[in-house]
Amino acid sequence: MMTATTLSSIFVLDQDEALDFYVGTLGLEVNTDQDLGFMRWLTVNVPGDPGRAILLERPGPPSMDEATAERVRELVSKGAGGGWIGFDTDDARKTYEELKAKGVDFTDEPTERPYGVDFGLRDPFGNAIRIVQRVR
Amino acid sequence: MSRAVEETNRRLLRARDAMDRAYAQPLDIPALARIAYVSEAYFIRTFRATFGETPHRYLQRRRVERSMFMLRETTRSVTDICTAVGFTSLGTFSRTFRDIVGQSPTEYRHAAKQVAVPTCFTRAWTRPVNFG
Repeated sequence: MMTATTLSSIFVLDQDEALDFYVGTLGLEVNTDQDLGFMRWLTVNVPGDPGRAILLERPGPPSMDEATAERVRELVSKGAGGGWIGFDTDDARKTYEELKAKGVDFTDEPTERPYGVDFGLRDPFGNAIRIVQRVR
Repeated sequence: MSRAVEETNRRLLRARDAMDRAYAQPLDIPALARIAYVSEAYFIRTFRATFGETPHRYLQRRRVERSMFMLRETTRSVTDICTAVGFTSLGTFSRTFRDIVGQSPTEYRHAAKQVAVPTCFTRAWTRPVNFG
């Protein structure tokens, strides 16, 4: 039986830019940043939670041919890349204001929902990110 | 070439997100074109090529999706919901709703079930698929 989600992945178009956004802007921390030769293994995690890492994966050879990678990059930039990430926060409105000051692209503002307060944004490439302050 | 397409897509997506946020306001093509850093005519043309429908139709579907949410989740009147999502005429709202959903707003309300998944999903997945 599985016991936890430990690694997930999202396509990014540029790993340096992704690092700048996910760590520099969102405040995640680098889990692993290693050149494996065939790829750069770049993972990040919420501070204090290294057991759940997100791979910031650049689509391209050799895992997929260049034509396929080009198609994937186009889809990501259309917001149809297939991946999105949900984060929890203790204070959605405060987090929203902090990210707003950093010039983040929001899809919607903090809104009361049955499950809490949440808002949405996009990473620089078009991937959706959801941040939720859950009802306790 | 590919990088240019990606950048155009990303700018158009930013404009589409703006429509999602301001769906209740009148469609402002000049403002959206400015967000995408393109001319108005180019914006309409490339939006359709990129997302498969005109900005006007996208906004209609977004408004209808929001009205479906309000019909499902609230007890507000149809007239009130019509105005809240940005339609200025009840006749246009009802006609557009039926055209896209295949039911009148009232019929939809009676048949609808509440859903309990994150709102971002209901927004994306309950947006009616009739591209028209």
